[in-house]
Amino acid sequence: MSALTVLDVTRSYGRTPVLTGIDLHVPAGTTTALLGPSGCGKTTLLRIIAGFDDPDTGTVELGGRVVAGDGRGVPAHRRGIGFVPQEGGLFPHLSVAANVAFGLPRRQRRDRGRVAELLALVGLDAALADRSPHQLSGGQQQRVALARALAPAPSLVLLDEPFSSLDASLREETRRAVVEALAATGATAVLVTHDQAEALSTAAQVAVLRGGRLVQLADPRTLYRSPRDLDVATFVGEAVVLAAEVRAGRAHTEVGVLELERGTADGPVRVLLRPEQLRLTDPAPELPVARVRTVDFFGHDARVGLELASGRAVSARLEGRDLPEVGDAVGIAVRGGALPFPAEGAVPAPDGAPEDLDVTWTPAAH
Amino acid sequence: MAELLWNTVRLVAGTVVVCAVLGVGAAWLVERTAIPGRRVWHVLLVAPLAVPAFVNSYAWISLLPGLDTYGGALLVVSLSYFPFVYLPAVAAFRGLDPALEETARGLGLSNWAVFRRVQLPQLRVAVLGGSLLIALHVLAEFGALAMLRYPTFTTAIYDQYRATFNGPGATALAGVLVLLCLVLLVAELRLRGRRGYARAGAGAARPVRPVRLGALTGPALLALSGLVGLALAVPLGSLGTWLVRGASTAFDVADLVTTTGSTLGLAAAAAAITTAMALPTGWLAVRRRGPVATLLERSTYLGSAVPGIVIALALVTVSIRATPWLYQTVPVLLAAYAILFLPRAIVTVRAAVEQSPRLYDDVAASLGASAPDRLRRVTLPLLAPGIGAGAALVFLAVVTELTATLLLAPTGTTTLASAFWSASSALEYGAAAPYAVVMVLLSAPATVLLSRDVQRGLTT
Repeated sequence: MSALTVLDVTRSYGRTPVLTGIDLHVPAGTTTALLGPSGCGKTTLLRIIAGFDDPDTGTVELGGRVVAGDGRGVPAHRRGIGFVPQEGGLFPHLSVAANVAFGLPRRQRRDRGRVAELLALVGLDAALADRSPHQLSGGQQQRVALARALAPAPSLVLLDEPFSSLDASLREETRRAVVEALAATGATAVLVTHDQAEALSTAAQVAVLRGGRLVQLADPRTLYRSPRDLDVATFVGEAVVLAAEVRAGRAHTEVGVLELERGTADGPVRVLLRPEQLRLTDPAPELPVARVRTVDFFGHDARVGLELASGRAVSARLEGRDLPEVGDAVGIAVRGGALPFPAEGAVPAPDGAPEDLDVTWTPAAH
Repeated sequence: MAELLWNTVRLVAGTVVVCAVLGVGAAWLVERTAIPGRRVWHVLLVAPLAVPAFVNSYAWISLLPGLDTYGGALLVVSLSYFPFVYLPAVAAFRGLDPALEETARGLGLSNWAVFRRVQLPQLRVAVLGGSLLIALHVLAEFGALAMLRYPTFTTAIYDQYRATFNGPGATALAGVLVLLCLVLLVAELRLRGRRGYARAGAGAARPVRPVRLGALTGPALLALSGLVGLALAVPLGSLGTWLVRGASTAFDVADLVTTTGSTLGLAAAAAAITTAMALPTGWLAVRRRGPVATLLERSTYLGSAVPGIVIALALVTVSIRATPWLYQTVPVLLAAYAILFLPRAIVTVRAAVEQSPRLYDDVAASLGASAPDRLRRVTLPLLAPGIGAGAALVFLAVVTELTATLLLAPTGTTTLASAFWSASSALEYGAAAPYAVVMVLLSAPATVLLSRDVQRGLTT
């Protein structure tokens, strides 16, 4: 297993830049998710790493060896990179066994034991070996595709939205099987996805791509708790964004005076809370009051839509018991601190500060 | 000349109208009503394609010598060609979203109103496409019309050629004929551009509830039986009669065997050459989309629009003037077959390439397969069915090809079609029958294929 290093990779199609100055390091034996909305360039980056496409500038290094860039390009079939495409991409003319054995040296291709081993690795019964790909369910196809990619013991495995075509129940099960198989082989992996929950739950680090740039590279907890800007914040999870005034290191907001997660100068800011930080109580004179507008009940928990005194709408995430009714007046308490961001329309600080604050953020309507 | 033009135009127009009515009507009965035996009817309605038009014509005129009129020509040609509308109409019916019909019914429309206001507009493209194909075929038809002694441009060109051999008269007539064909081809290309409206993406996911015919079941069955009887039972019955009669008189089995052998040889060679030519063109058209690839692909469509007699005439002229040593040799004949049938091979190869996306190539590369390895282990196996189908289509087309064969076959080389032709032209109907039967038997498998693979539609 090797580490992957992408340095300053740029790619344009015609005049449209698709990737701009991407730097990415994936330590050996870990999984990194490339997370971004469709059209952010994540699939292009994957194809460049795999060798199906070449960068205009920049380099790709695998285990210390330059495989793309610097005027050199190692062709895809010599890179030793496993690839699991979106819908499995199993060869329709070959059986499951022949698919799995495709990348093995000729002598090992008939080794039923090896195929069974690989199928077991992804949690599949060896009895499936003689089936045709079209006789498998979507989740099984994805697992076979992973077994096929892992068979030649690649130095890196690339997964291109491997779960997006599966329905919700199958998706979780398949995801877990894939995570286990990757862990069992100690593979270095890069997973492309547009699903933030999938990225946060699967990968050791998450790279957020936006408009062809890498906006943030962090482990899932850091990414969720300290997103670099409000755009990333709303992309990786539901958010409650409130206008606030910082005085003496505390944020004064509609929902009370909040501790800050990081220091910031006095003055107007916007603060980020997560819906699960809001707690609802009976109205009390010392608490900020809100009115319940919607209750979406999911069973294990619920999302309660609130209208604050100012008319601003926010969401709270509550356990499924003791839910308020629509129309109730409730008091709000906040657990934990808030993360400050520059106020709307403020000139961003020159160094490392957020770039896309002009994006208008729609209140927690989702 | 004016009379030829009138004859040709009214036959084309009449055939197109009759075929559209027969094709759409039959397709509706088979696809959308609860008529008993729908699958059997479907096969029977495609089956007339296994009988070459000139064989059909021979079968009718040998029974009813009075058919050498406009009405006779219209009858015979329509019965031969209506499946060209029937097949795309069936494909279109299957592709229609049943939800549209259900919505229309929910809005209070009757069966007839649903057909007229919802289905017919969506069938338009398929029916127009089939009609243009028929028009091109009727313009190019030689054997059937010559047998019925109904003069059109194509038969006149042949007569001119026989009389004056490569004279200016034949060339002038061919010019007019090509012009007519090009008009139709342009119309076809414009239509192709607007296609996609009758094509439902994922197709009908759930079966449609068929319309109950009730008291009309009897008349509907009668109509279908009549159509199948005229298009299939009459020619096959007539062939059978002549076969029995011919067997009692002069009939040389050795001749039939040699002729079949040389026909199969020519057809196999033509299939191999044509498919080999189609492979790169079809590949480029899908994988390297661009003006050059498109132009290359489109230019081969000319072969399907220009009548066989014109291509044969052109090859005669070229080979006499430029390469006299090639005149009346097998290579020139094979070249004619390749020009005529390349579009069929390209369409199937192209469809196969489209069904094997680049993805498989990428995956194979990531698994360490080199380019030649990928070709051998992935690309060719994936394309094999398409290549095979293309080759089979060309093979069968060559088996029943008459016009170019008559003009270009080397002296002494006879094919089933040309042997049949010389016998039936001499009014030796009994001697002609065995050749016709072999042709029909050889064409039958392709017909079965077509009736199954309706979604892809006709590929000429």
